[in-house]
Amino acid sequence: MDNAIYNYALRMGDTCLILSHRLAERCSNGPFLEEDIAMTNISLDLLGGADLFLSLAAEVEGEGRSADDLAYRRNERQYYNHLLAERPNKNFAHVMMRQFLHDALLHPLYTGLKLSKNEHLAGIAEKGVKESAYHIRHSSMWIVRLGKGTDDSKEKLQDALDDLWTYTGEMFEYNDEEATLAKDGVIPSFEELKTTWLKTVKEVFNEAGLEVPKDKWMATGGRQGVHSEFLGHMIAEMQYLPRAYPDAKW
Amino acid sequence: MVTQDKKINELWELIKEVPDPEIPVLTLTDLGIVREITMSDEKVEVTITPTYTGCPAMKVFEEDITAKLNESGYKQVSIKTSLSPAWSTDWMSEEGKEKLMKYGISPPMGSSDKSVLTGIVKNVPCPQCKSTKTELVSQFGSTPCKALYQCSDCKEPFDYFKCI
Repeated sequence: MDNAIYNYALRMGDTCLILSHRLAERCSNGPFLEEDIAMTNISLDLLGGADLFLSLAAEVEGEGRSADDLAYRRNERQYYNHLLAERPNKNFAHVMMRQFLHDALLHPLYTGLKLSKNEHLAGIAEKGVKESAYHIRHSSMWIVRLGKGTDDSKEKLQDALDDLWTYTGEMFEYNDEEATLAKDGVIPSFEELKTTWLKTVKEVFNEAGLEVPKDKWMATGGRQGVHSEFLGHMIAEMQYLPRAYPDAKW
Repeated sequence: MVTQDKKINELWELIKEVPDPEIPVLTLTDLGIVREITMSDEKVEVTITPTYTGCPAMKVFEEDITAKLNESGYKQVSIKTSLSPAWSTDWMSEEGKEKLMKYGISPPMGSSDKSVLTGIVKNVPCPQCKSTKTELVSQFGSTPCKALYQCSDCKEPFDYFKCI
């Protein structure tokens, strides 16, 4: 089995799945109906991405497991999502900030991955890039709108940025295996992605009148399966049904 | 071979009758999601491409195609999903676009590349009064493929099938 592709697909799939679930938790809590629908639509797109990545991981593994097995039959230490994705929902500004920090990475990532020498990854990205273009437009619009809104909305947004910034360093960490994949043209380079990402977030924060936090200590661990206390609770809820009724079909 | 080709044509005709589960006025071939049909011995393989990755209708598409072909005597049907080339609203038939407009959904306008880039589509016609004085309410609508617009003339809110 191709370990490098398996691990990469698992990490991508896990981040998409966990963030999708966080957004799904917001269902019916949107500030107005259209926005509620928008967030659940984005959640659905991310779930679709998770399904494709986890299906690829399962196929590469070749042990007869399915994407559902990977999603519902692993414990938190076997999840490799970014810590950012599992941060719990606080208020709308916080949810949008988490989403924007993620979207600003996923869109250029898919753009680069479209050119992958691995045809499965390229196929997933070709699909994902179109959807993620809508996502980044949506979340950056909200960052500017809330930043230029009332004192209250701006304060909540700045608080969210200060709170979440520490989880962004991990998104650009990579190991030897991933360095080789990038060198071989299988995945986009992490350094280039970081440059693109920084440029996007700084531009949008500038327009929104937000202060980018000074570089500080960055949290790490998600990529190695070491998570915050919040992931276990989420997974317990997400996995309850297939764990309690292993033969259930729906 | 002649009979084989004939059978494949028949299969295409059968699939033409399968409606989209969410927008029943369209058939799967109007949408352009059926890419290929092949047959070896008695086994039929239908290749489809998803509209949106997370679209819940995809599973229903698969079941509906299988059921339709089973009914007509093709018992061994398998569905293959192909991601590349990615589905685009450019593949939707002209007939399909007309049907959408009559149904009350404004069809995708222009080519997908341009509007995906900017996201803002101007002059989307209102399916009720045909006015082009309309405004985008939300990029996201009642299903993944639609955005929500409102007509400035007749005030009616309506769905727009967005370009992708």
